[in-house]
Amino acid sequence: MHKAVAAPELSGTSNQAAEVPIDWMERLRPYLYVAPAMLFFALFFFFPIGYVIYLSFFDWSLLNLEEMEWVGLGNFTALMAEEDFWQVLGNTLIYTVVTVGLGILLSFMLALWLNRKAKVYGIVQAAVFSPHIVSLVSIAMLWMWLMDPQYGLLNAILEMVGLPGYSWLSDTKSAMVSLILVSIWKGVGYNTLVFIAGMQSIPKDIYEAADLDHSPWWRTLTRITIPMLSPTMFFLLVINTVSSFQVFDTIYIMTQGGPVNSTNMLVFYIYEQGMDFYNGGAASAASVILLAMVGFLTWLHFRLMEKRVHYR
Amino acid sequence: MLQVGRTAWKTVEWVLLAAVGLVFVFPFLWMFLTAFKTMPEVYQFPPTWWPESWQFENFRIAWSSGPFVTYVMNSILVAGGILILQFLIAVPAAYAFARYRFPGRNLLFGLSLIALMIPSQVIFLPVYVEMSHWGLVNTLWSLILPFGASAFGIFLLRQAFMQVPDEVIEAARLDSASEWKIMWTIMVPMAKPVLVTFGLFSFIYHWNDYFWPLIMTNSDSVRTLPIGISMLKAAEGGKQWNVIMAGNMILVLPILVVFFFAQRHIISAFVYQSK
Repeated sequence: MHKAVAAPELSGTSNQAAEVPIDWMERLRPYLYVAPAMLFFALFFFFPIGYVIYLSFFDWSLLNLEEMEWVGLGNFTALMAEEDFWQVLGNTLIYTVVTVGLGILLSFMLALWLNRKAKVYGIVQAAVFSPHIVSLVSIAMLWMWLMDPQYGLLNAILEMVGLPGYSWLSDTKSAMVSLILVSIWKGVGYNTLVFIAGMQSIPKDIYEAADLDHSPWWRTLTRITIPMLSPTMFFLLVINTVSSFQVFDTIYIMTQGGPVNSTNMLVFYIYEQGMDFYNGGAASAASVILLAMVGFLTWLHFRLMEKRVHYR
Repeated sequence: MLQVGRTAWKTVEWVLLAAVGLVFVFPFLWMFLTAFKTMPEVYQFPPTWWPESWQFENFRIAWSSGPFVTYVMNSILVAGGILILQFLIAVPAAYAFARYRFPGRNLLFGLSLIALMIPSQVIFLPVYVEMSHWGLVNTLWSLILPFGASAFGIFLLRQAFMQVPDEVIEAARLDSASEWKIMWTIMVPMAKPVLVTFGLFSFIYHWNDYFWPLIMTNSDSVRTLPIGISMLKAAEGGKQWNVIMAGNMILVLPILVVFFFAQRHIISAFVYQSK
């Protein structure tokens, strides 16, 4: 009866009865809202991670998923004994180190140069960025044509300036160089614009203070720009390394891992083993190794992001 | 003296700017020019710059070498379907992460961030096995569903929702609008710029995607445009570069045209992840 006095438009009993479910609804609401997203992450992300680790302990094939034989760590020891696999790992590492190192260096220099207000710099920024939004399929086919040893534009240009033609994709030594070149060409614009965004967020007054002190440009570069950009550099380092680890499209279209395995890298190896040779064991074990590599980088990235929060 | 030196330096810089620009733009121009040449002209050495006669025929040959209408339809269905699904899933999740405090919030948000970092190439094999258990391999569903929850989308929208002033929501609550209604009719319109940014990113990314449809499909009826284009090489004997480049243009041109008009949006969409 007291309740009825306090809230005249509602009768005491029905108010009490209604209050409990409303409260529950309010508590449940955020979980209901995130539930679909979490369901999708679980189905297509977290479960597959566990599943591939599970699969890597079995001998199995996509031809017959019902028959799986437990082999323990057998797939991993088999991979380790395989010379081809070591070559694949080595190729992936060389490709990654060169692509990431050269790519970041080039884009840092481009960013220093192009980070200016005049319109022409904006136009060149957009031009450098444009390959980043074009499908790798198109880029791979376009560069195959440019790199055609007989009729391609690149060798025509080399010949015009009096140099001998290059073998590009047809030689074991040059095929890797060619893939790296395409990847840097595609990626440098993204890195450059991320660097420019980072440079523009450095407070202007630091530069003004340096100017007042007559700090020479190289000291401003090494004492202000580079240290202030270190979070951006770490970010790009991680992102670029992860994306180099997963290189596939250019290999599949341009070289098929050849000539003689010289451009075979991890994701292509996994694809070949799993989908072409029906060797699920080797494919899933190699997936787990790739997962560990990417996982380590992700962990490193998060550690650095935490540090960055403290530093700001 | 100083003046002369400065003009000279300006000229050198302009030449260098043009050179850098050309390195990135010229290959696309070369694709365009090759697409209009005849076969004998393509195999002329040294090459001609400008086509002697413009061959629109190459586009017809490319287009009729496979079921390209189907490929284009599939590409639109897949990229569009992913976008709609991502939108429907990301909005409530982002709203909850931005506006509610609840036990487990940080854990769940952290899990989404991990999903942002691990690329699909790493786990395609188990997802393929999963799809084949469900009988979804070689259907459009296998191309759409795995990308339904976008960690990047949730992350972007959460930032946008957090910036909506509390007063706006309080006012709506006083008008006894339901939470569900506030989310869709007040928050979503206010996050429009972010939605455009995310939409461009997602659509371009999945329009371009080659890896996933290559893994999941094996018949023309469910293949997307990038697969169709890559098959031109085999269909045309591998060396008909004029026809292959014409096909390539079908895939590239829409993206480059959109890029030309929405440059700023697209660049910020792709560069945003760094922040």
